[in-house]
Parts: sequence; C-alpha cells; structure tokens
Amino acid sequence: MSIRVYVPRDTTALSLGADTVARRLEREAAARGYPITLVRNGSRGLSWLEPLVEVDTPIGRFAYGPVAPSDVTALLDSGLLEGSVSHPLALGPTEDIDYLARQQRLTFARIGITDPLSIDDYRAHNGFCGLESALQREPQDIVEEVKASGLRGRGGAAFPTGIKWQTVLDTPADQKYIVCNADEGDSGTFADRLAMECDPYMLIEGMAIAGLAVEATQGYIYLRSEYPLAKQVLDEAIARTEQAGYLGDNLCGSGRTFHLEVRLGAGAYICGEETSLLESLEGKRGLVRFKPPLPAIEGLFGRPTVVNNVLSLAAVPFILAEGAEAYANHGMGRSRGTLALQLAGNVKRGGLVELAFGTTLRTLMEEFGGGTRTGKPLRAVQVGGPLCAYLPESQWDMPLDYETFAEVGAGVGHGGVVMFDDSVDMAEQARFSMEFCKVESCGKCTPCRIGSTRGVEVIDRIRANDNREANLTLLHDLCETMVDGSLCAMGGMTPFPVQSALKHFPDDFQRAANGDRS
Amino acid sequence: MNHSQKWAPQAIQAEVDALKHKPGALLPILHALQDRLGFIPEAAVPIIADALHQSRAEVHGVISFYHHFRTTPPGRHVVQICRAEACQSVGARQLEAHAKARLGVDYHQTTPDREITLEAVYCLGNCACGPSIRVDDSIRGRVTPEAFDALVDELQTRPLEVMG
Repeated sequence: MSIRVYVPRDTTALSLGADTVARRLEREAAARGYPITLVRNGSRGLSWLEPLVEVDTPIGRFAYGPVAPSDVTALLDSGLLEGSVSHPLALGPTEDIDYLARQQRLTFARIGITDPLSIDDYRAHNGFCGLESALQREPQDIVEEVKASGLRGRGGAAFPTGIKWQTVLDTPADQKYIVCNADEGDSGTFADRLAMECDPYMLIEGMAIAGLAVEATQGYIYLRSEYPLAKQVLDEAIARTEQAGYLGDNLCGSGRTFHLEVRLGAGAYICGEETSLLESLEGKRGLVRFKPPLPAIEGLFGRPTVVNNVLSLAAVPFILAEGAEAYANHGMGRSRGTLALQLAGNVKRGGLVELAFGTTLRTLMEEFGGGTRTGKPLRAVQVGGPLCAYLPESQWDMPLDYETFAEVGAGVGHGGVVMFDDSVDMAEQARFSMEFCKVESCGKCTPCRIGSTRGVEVIDRIRANDNREANLTLLHDLCETMVDGSLCAMGGMTPFPVQSALKHFPDDFQRAANGDRS
Repeated sequence: MNHSQKWAPQAIQAEVDALKHKPGALLPILHALQDRLGFIPEAAVPIIADALHQSRAEVHGVISFYHHFRTTPPGRHVVQICRAEACQSVGARQLEAHAKARLGVDYHQTTPDREITLEAVYCLGNCACGPSIRVDDSIRGRVTPEAFDALVDELQTRPLEVMG
C-alpha cells in the first residue's frame, strides 16, 4: 500500500511554492520506488510553517515544515516517508505542535485534516450532521438553538445571530434569502478564506441550515474577487453538494428546497458593509443604504434577508450537531463560543488561532506569535481591521471580548491582529487610514467622501510641520465630524485608527518638528 | 485570462444573453466579459444596457464604481501589489517603490512592451506571509525586491510554446 502524503492547497501554501513541492515529492518518491498517494489537503492554519507537508504513519500524521522545493530530496533521504524526525524541518506528530494543541478548534476542527473537496472526508468528520438534525426540526426550533448558543455576528458587528434569524422568520414574504458576506476585506484577516478554501462544505451546510430556519430557498455567497481560489473551490463544492442531495429542490429527500450560488464582488471594500453588498448583488453601484429598513425585513430585492459573515454561518453546523450548550460553554460574559483570531503582519509565527473568548493580546502575540518576524520590539497592534484602533502595549493585557474592547474604544472586529515593530511611523499609518477611506468610500455621504480627502491633507501638513497646532485641532474636529456624521462604519470608524495613533503615539506626529524626519 | 482584443459585438451579445436572466445580472455579465476580453469595451455598454433595460449611464456608473473593472486592455499580465496594513508592516511600501522603479510605471499603467500592468490591491488574505502580490490569478507571499525582479524576468520571458 502506498503512503499517504499531504501537501496543502490553500492560498498561503500555494503562495509559498506548495505546488512545486507536491510535484517534486511525487516525482522523487516514485523514482525511489516508493509510490505515494498525494493528498492536497487544506491548511492547518499554521501559516508560518507552510508549505506544511504531512505523512501518514501507523501512529498518526507527522509534520514537516516549512518545506521549500529544494528541501524535498534531503527530507526523503532522511526518511520522511517513515515519519522520521531526524531532519531539522521535522516537527513530530502534527496534533502535538504546541500552536495547534493549545487551540480550541470548534469551527476549524476539520481544516487541514481533510481534502477540502471530498464529501466522504467531510462526512467522516461529522459533516452534514447539523443539517440532518435541522431537517428533523421546525424552523422555530432551529432559531431557538442558535439563540441559545449565544452566537454573535463574526463579521465585526457582533449582533446576535439568532435574533437576526428570528426577524427574518417572523417576516412573511413570497421569497427570502440567505446572503453570506464573504467580502473579507480587512487587512490582517484570512479566516473566512481558510474556511472557504479548506472546509467549503461547512459553509454550505451552515447556509442550508439558515435557509431551513427562516424558510429561505435561495442563498448567495458574495465573495471578493481577490480570492480566486476560494471561488474555484466553492463552485466545485456546491456542484458536488447538489449531486449528493444536500442542496437543491429536495434536501436529503425531505422535500425542502435550498439553492446556492457564488457571486463575485469587484474590488470594492465598501461592499463588505451589508447594505452596500446587497446593492452590489442587485447589480448596482455599492452605495450604502439608509437603515431602517433592516435587511432582515427589506433586504435583497426588497425581501427579508439574513446577511451573515462566513464564520457566523460556519459556526452553525457545530451548534446544530452538538447542541447550543456545547458552543455556549466556551467564552466569557456575553461573548460566547470561540473567536478565530488571525495573527498577521510583522509576526514570527503567523496563522489562525481559534480560542474561546477571553484570552489576551499579549498571550496571542508572544506565546503564539513568538514576537515580530524582524526580531525587533513590538510597538503597535491593530486589531479588527483598518477601521479599528491601534493599541499600545498598555492595552495588550485586556481579555479579548466584545464588551471589554468596546469600553476602551477598540474593536475585536473580524479577529485580525496586525503587528508592527518599532520601525513603524504611526503618523504614516494614520495618513494611510484616511487615504484608504478616500479610495474606498462609496461617496454617498459627505463626511466620509470629503472628510477622508481633507484628512490626508491635514495629516500631510502636520507631518510637514506646517501650522501644526492649528492643524492638529482641525484633525481632531474632522475626526469627530466623521464619527458623528457618517452614514456607515466606513467613514464613522476611519477616525478610530487615526485618533488612537494621535493619543498613544503623539511623538510620531512631532518628528518633523523635532527635525528627525529624513 | 485572454487579453485578445479580437472581439465582436456578436460575442458580447452572446455573453450578455447567457446571463441576463439571472437576478442582479449586471456584475456577472461584466465579470464574464472581462474574463473573456481582459477589459470591458465601450461597445459593450449599449448592448448590456439594452439587454437589462437600463440606461447607458447606469451601466457606466457600475463599471466605474468598482476597482476591478477596466475599460482599456491590460498588459499580458496584471501584477497587483498589496498596499494594506499587514503587508505594510513587513515592507510593502519599499516593495511598491521598488516595483514602480523596476517597471518604470505607476499604478494603473502598463509597461511600454505591453507585458505587465501594475495595480494596487487592498488585501489578498495572505496576511501572515506578506508582502503579498497577485500575478493574474496566482498569489505570491514573502515577496522581497529580489524575488520581484526574478518574477518580472520570468513574466517577460515568453516560452516558445505560448507564442502564436
């Protein structure tokens, strides 16, 4: 029997040469007379070890990484196919890697273990159990289960998912929709991408359950065009799910209907805002809508619509299969369950870390992340994406939960943690926040459309030491206007990184005044 | 991606007709055209407008709203450099300056030999292994200026079998 060797096929592994590693392994093993069965699995989420090659042994899977194509010969020489641990890249049993062993993987329990497109693999790891359970229940029962789990929207707004579903269930209509927000535009976040590329059936199952819960028969995954691989994987996974009878006109022979389609965005960050996303799905410019009416009442094409983030929907199969309590037993306060954190930027050991709410940033960045990749001291961290605050060291010991972060004007957002070493110029980062808003504003409201342009100009003047004090006052006023006067979070939160940079890193705005700007 | 400029109104009409019945068909139509032609030709606008019972201004408005859609042909390859925070923290600003100098073009421009169009992108979801770039549909991670130069050499070298 040939030996099973796993080489991941997610974007990160591919971006670091996984295809070449796979081809070389297959060729060289065959040349040595050891034909292997190559499995292109998903990623375990240990990005810094990609490409992470695994080998099946009688005592479980053994890992090697990061493997460059040029390492393949030496790895085979050292006994990779027997699970030997003599090579410097040998990591031992995969499940024992500390970074992985210390996590609480509920949503990401399967990633990297299975072949993402294999329905048999998915079923063998509890796949479709949640849907099968949902098919036995009344819509209200499903909604109650999700409510009891305490699940809150993982896109960043943290609105209770079950309550949103209740509104849609309670609104009568000839057609309702489930829309998955897969426009993961925040820098530093890639958990949605991992879920879609490495365990696509989980999202499909979650959406089908949502459809049953609110009596919606059509779903759309609004996917950003920057994720070409996720598009391929999802399209193929949907086709296979239909063939297997878990999607379509007669779900598992129950007579219930749910159809699903992937729609591509087109490079507009604002389309991650739910009403802008709906406009885009309708084939329009992605202009933000006024609320009310809520999308749950008048959403896509004016019909009641559940709009949920990938990770919210991906958490649902577990909740239905294992019960609300199994999920709610994790977490702290009103933040129940697990949070998918993504260690990104200048980090030594970047990757996905799924943990119950309540861990601290310091634990994450130091114990998991291992500090900066450059080896220089950490100086600032941006948690939750480009619309969230930069946090100085004094704020790294707060527990990560929605309420604690909100109290200090910070956000958990979508769980992205972008680390910066001491070479960062926080005035330059503040300028970028405004510049990004200028590029990505939908243009509907004035504070965002004009404010962002003026923000770039004012920060430029401050950095050039042009009438500094007056311009600093102006910048504070401008930030307030944008926070209070913008229609959505784009203009309303762009000032948060700017204000936090001003507050916690004022020296960086003084560099020109001190004459040390090169 | 096929960047051939040999398109005919009939070909555009066929793409439009295949998709116009979908709810919210405009973005799928624009994607299909751009995937096939490399850009959205001006001649497509009245055809789409007619099929969807919209004004040309509405169709034009959608094309111009989204960064992804282009109305002029790109070079043989499109190279996007991630400008977002996670990549900034590991040298994206230096990479961006290097890329512009090496190619002699700014963002949204194409090299004189029509080989490479340079674009900015805000996050490719490869944030633990930046700086990241996208070359057509493939993503590359931990791109140093040296790796960028090697990539450009590779892209500008045409293997014989691709010619013609």
